Amino acid sequence: MTVNLTPTTIGTPNRETAAPAPVRMSIAKVNFYYGTKQTLFDINMTVAANRVTALIGPSGCGKSTLLRTFNRMHETVRNARLEGEILLDGQNIISQDVTLLRRRVGMVFQRPNPFPKSIFDNVAYGPKINGAKEPIADIVERSLRRAALWDEVKDHLHKSAYELSGGQQQRLCIARGLAVEPEVLLLDEPCSALDPISTAKIEELLVQLKDSCTIAIVTHNMQQAARVSDFTAFLLVGQLVEFNPTPHLFTTPADPRTEAYITGRFG
Amino acid sequence: MNARLRWRKLVSAFMLTMTGVCAAVAVSVLFFILGYLVFHGGRSINWDFFTKLPTPVGETGGGMANAIVGSAKLLFLASLFGVPIGFFGAIYLAEFSGTKTAFVVRYAADLLNGVPSIVIGIFAYALVVLPFKHFSAYAGGFALGVMMIPITLRSTEEFLLGVPNNLREAAMALGASKWKTIATVIVPAAYRGILTSVLLAFARVAGETAPLLFTAFGNRYWSPGFNQPIESLPHMVYIYAISPYEDWQRQAWAAGLVLLGLILMVNIVARFILARGVAVQRS
Repeated sequence: MTVNLTPTTIGTPNRETAAPAPVRMSIAKVNFYYGTKQTLFDINMTVAANRVTALIGPSGCGKSTLLRTFNRMHETVRNARLEGEILLDGQNIISQDVTLLRRRVGMVFQRPNPFPKSIFDNVAYGPKINGAKEPIADIVERSLRRAALWDEVKDHLHKSAYELSGGQQQRLCIARGLAVEPEVLLLDEPCSALDPISTAKIEELLVQLKDSCTIAIVTHNMQQAARVSDFTAFLLVGQLVEFNPTPHLFTTPADPRTEAYITGRFG
Repeated sequence: MNARLRWRKLVSAFMLTMTGVCAAVAVSVLFFILGYLVFHGGRSINWDFFTKLPTPVGETGGGMANAIVGSAKLLFLASLFGVPIGFFGAIYLAEFSGTKTAFVVRYAADLLNGVPSIVIGIFAYALVVLPFKHFSAYAGGFALGVMMIPITLRSTEEFLLGVPNNLREAAMALGASKWKTIATVIVPAAYRGILTSVLLAFARVAGETAPLLFTAFGNRYWSPGFNQPIESLPHMVYIYAISPYEDWQRQAWAAGLVLLGLILMVNIVARFILARGVAVQRS
């Protein structure tokens, strides 16, 4: 594995800001098992604050599994076992209360999964169950604006979320995730079920969200990783092959397997 | 060759006719019963039927007000006992238990569903009537409630399992605990199905007579509270239909019609609730 960074700061120049970004999450020696089958092998990487980190790799390489460990969603699967250390702002997430952790590390899934409720109630769900102090309506408006959906839905907030298009539903799910003000937002192939126009909107949105949020995204679309991310991790059969700043990884890959993958020789 | 073809066509026509006739018989049984009930019972239904107590033997007239209220009380008690157990049991099965436990509980529920209702009556007799030394609405409600448990449990479980897993994940990723997820997302998403199954269980036990024979027992007068023998519509049908008095037989038809009307209505409401659309989007 080739890593081009120091444990505490990532000093490599970024496309937009040359300033080094502090580390939000650090993943050390992570091994992962489903029952007796090991699916992740000794993963070490970091997620930089206010940056987009992309996880790429062919199907079944473990990128979604790795992402789901970041807010312990893997625990919803029976027989799943995690070894190693995942730190959020320097604290191990394994020893934290899982519901508090997931408020800080939100997640958007592959297929839009709005609740069978109104648009308003979908966004209000997180703040409500977590006992928000601010008026719920303010949170809903702000979150929908941040997800670039407000103008499209402001006149029918009380319609069912199922009446929205797939792309709108996915942005609603992002708004729902943002409503609890997470520090980190994880996205698991958020565009794989969407058309190119919806995909472009979400990609644009991710770049805007960087100011207020740290983002980790799994994608099987290399162009998407190249367009939106600042750092890219390339996984292959459960191993982290290369983790580097995105321009670096795509132009001068350090590992021959990375080069083979991004030039389309396999995967 | 030609003869064989003709033979084949003949067999085909015969089988088609036979299956068609059988299908028609299956449907017409319901309409036959309905028509018969309406024909005989309709003439005996009047205001008195719903408002008056049964008259003493030999006097004509009177009604079944006590049996109607009695049935309502029994079904209320049965629902109070059977629905929560079935509902929460289903939540455990669908959301918490391992596959082995679920298999055992499911199998037991299916067996309980197949237990003859008269046996459930004996069970309630031994468990509730004997210790209290008298028949009561409690005993009858308990017997009917036991019958509601497996129906509610199995169908509620089906509907809970039908809620897509990605809704569970969505709620948990927002920091909802398992219980909060169930209460605020899973059950609301499945509520139509659950409500339907409860109504169907209700309709199923509303017409039961056997478990009431030696639990609720019957009562020709008003039964105050829940701790005394109580009358019910199906039991009234049974007593009046086998009686030698023409007036009573007439009223038995009327009671049957009211009972069937009630059950049909609950069934139709249940179908309507379910048909109003699936609450959950299939992706």
